[in-house]
Amino acid sequence: MASTITSPVSADDRVSARSLAARLLSRPEIGSLVGAAVILVFFLIAAPPFRDINNTGTILYQAALIGVMTVPVSLLMIGGEFDLSAGVAVTTSGLTAGLIAYQLSLNVWVGVVIALALSLTIGAFNGWLLMRTGLPSFLVTLGTFFILQGLNIAVTRLTSGAVASNSISDMDGFSTAKAVFASEFKVGGVTIKIIVVWWIAFVAIAAWMLLRTQIGNWIFAVGGDAAAARAVGVPVKKVKIGLFMAVGFFAWFTGMQLLFVQNGVVQSGEGVGKEFLYIIAAVVGGCLLTGGYGSVIGGAIGALIFSMVQLGVVYAGWNPDWFRAFLGAMLLLATIVNLVVKKQAEAR
Amino acid sequence: MTTTRSFDSDAVTGPTSPIVELRDIGKSYGNIDALRGVSLSVRQGEITCVLGDNGAGKSTLIKIIAGLHDYTSGTMVVNGEERHFSSPRESLNSGIATVYQDLALAPLMSVWRNFFLGNEITRGPFRQLEAARMKRIASEELTKMGISIPNLEQPVGKLSGGQRQCVAIARAIHFGAKVLILDEPTAALGVNQSGVVLKYIVRARDAGIGVIFITHNPHHAYLVGNHFVVLKLGRVALDTHRSDITLEQLTTEMAGGSELEALSHELRDANPEAVVDQGITRPVDTTADNEGEREGP
Repeated sequence: MASTITSPVSADDRVSARSLAARLLSRPEIGSLVGAAVILVFFLIAAPPFRDINNTGTILYQAALIGVMTVPVSLLMIGGEFDLSAGVAVTTSGLTAGLIAYQLSLNVWVGVVIALALSLTIGAFNGWLLMRTGLPSFLVTLGTFFILQGLNIAVTRLTSGAVASNSISDMDGFSTAKAVFASEFKVGGVTIKIIVVWWIAFVAIAAWMLLRTQIGNWIFAVGGDAAAARAVGVPVKKVKIGLFMAVGFFAWFTGMQLLFVQNGVVQSGEGVGKEFLYIIAAVVGGCLLTGGYGSVIGGAIGALIFSMVQLGVVYAGWNPDWFRAFLGAMLLLATIVNLVVKKQAEAR
Repeated sequence: MTTTRSFDSDAVTGPTSPIVELRDIGKSYGNIDALRGVSLSVRQGEITCVLGDNGAGKSTLIKIIAGLHDYTSGTMVVNGEERHFSSPRESLNSGIATVYQDLALAPLMSVWRNFFLGNEITRGPFRQLEAARMKRIASEELTKMGISIPNLEQPVGKLSGGQRQCVAIARAIHFGAKVLILDEPTAALGVNQSGVVLKYIVRARDAGIGVIFITHNPHHAYLVGNHFVVLKLGRVALDTHRSDITLEQLTTEMAGGSELEALSHELRDANPEAVVDQGITRPVDTTADNEGEREGP
């Protein structure tokens, strides 16, 4: 409706452009960026192999293994939920593709597509059950976590007679699928795994979607205040179910990488505990556990921090037993840094 | 004060015919009648104040108009048609916007994102946000309505309560509300903040919107209202035009009317000394012959 009372007044003259520094500091990923820089410098000094350019590929690969799943987990967290079944869902997807292709003697790609359908269904089921019951996502996805963990082992043993899926490396379609999900190439002497490229592409697309599209606006809204979002016509249930399905999609992708990088064998006990790594990466990257705030790029930086610390400890020649303790300390530090930075940014 | 302006040509009804009219509306929850025989009409360019104590039926009344509850007796006529709303969407689509006390804004999202939430301007198959355009429109709309928010990127949670109310109201108006229901917009605000919101309500009226202003503050109501309806125990206790009532009468009516008078007599008879002699020891003797029950054994 056009309002007819006054002519448009020029912008308020008290408004001054915010400084670049202030705008930078108000970004959710700034804390993780500072943390990543500190850790990078630290290990460059403390661990000589860290300086070797050839190891950059390995560090990026480790980051991508966590980072691909951190993309949807960050989005889901911004949307106000989290998914404890994300770690084992990856294994479920890999096992499904491997077992179906082997047991039914099908082209590997058929197994890949069926695994995708199953992963999306698991995500949709999580989301639907959550919306239907109104239970917290902690409980619902804890349930799916145990169901999937049990099914992974039970179904694998039932069909293959062992705790791992049968190798499918000599089956039709394996080489093309491996080329898509788990190949590698060299750039100036550095070996780059294809999943690193995929990871960067996923982060770029998801970050753009979150900040620059209507769906992104809705994700922030359903996480920030679901009742408010519903009142202005945002389809809250659809958005949340869609987010769980995104987790399913990326679990499928990570599962395929897992399957094809290991010559077509997936261990059925794999993936337990990974869900926390995704959540840690997202939180370190500035996503608020309560929803409504965060960034996909921050999550990616969180994954990078994780891999730098994991490999840095090894390169420095320290006992890797310390790694977990270090990781926990990192998480606490990151949350505190995020808190401080956010308060400072708000004061400006 | 009571003049109505002419509006956009797209206005469905003329300024004199009511946009929303309730006739003998009743609402029962099981065996409890929350509302009984309430009639109310909302006209464009008029502020109708609904006053009442807690539990008087104010919330039930707005929930019926906002589409959250259906009524059980009487008729509701919107834009000349008899209607039963089954969802807030339906009410919204009929041009009725409700700004609730607890506000429909996401606190961590920026002002402009909140302003356009659910009504984003997008382009392309991926529904890309036209951020620059949305920021410009939000800024213009807010400035036009006399609220200045220096930084539209700032999260809504950092605005003052009054500013937040104003953003919610401005949003409702921008997206085509013809009737605006305000649920106690000044209840949680300080004096200055209330002033800002009241000014803004007047602007909404001047823009040709029919406003239903729910409050239990007769002073706020009298500052802006054209028409006053006082609810008491689910019934209309008073329904009058501004010219027929003074602030004192409204306050009295609102505070309980004759009951308050009785109470004040009772209190005055009880112990007149207590009011003036605050500093001195309690005058025991004068309380001996009152009818107070709280004197103990």
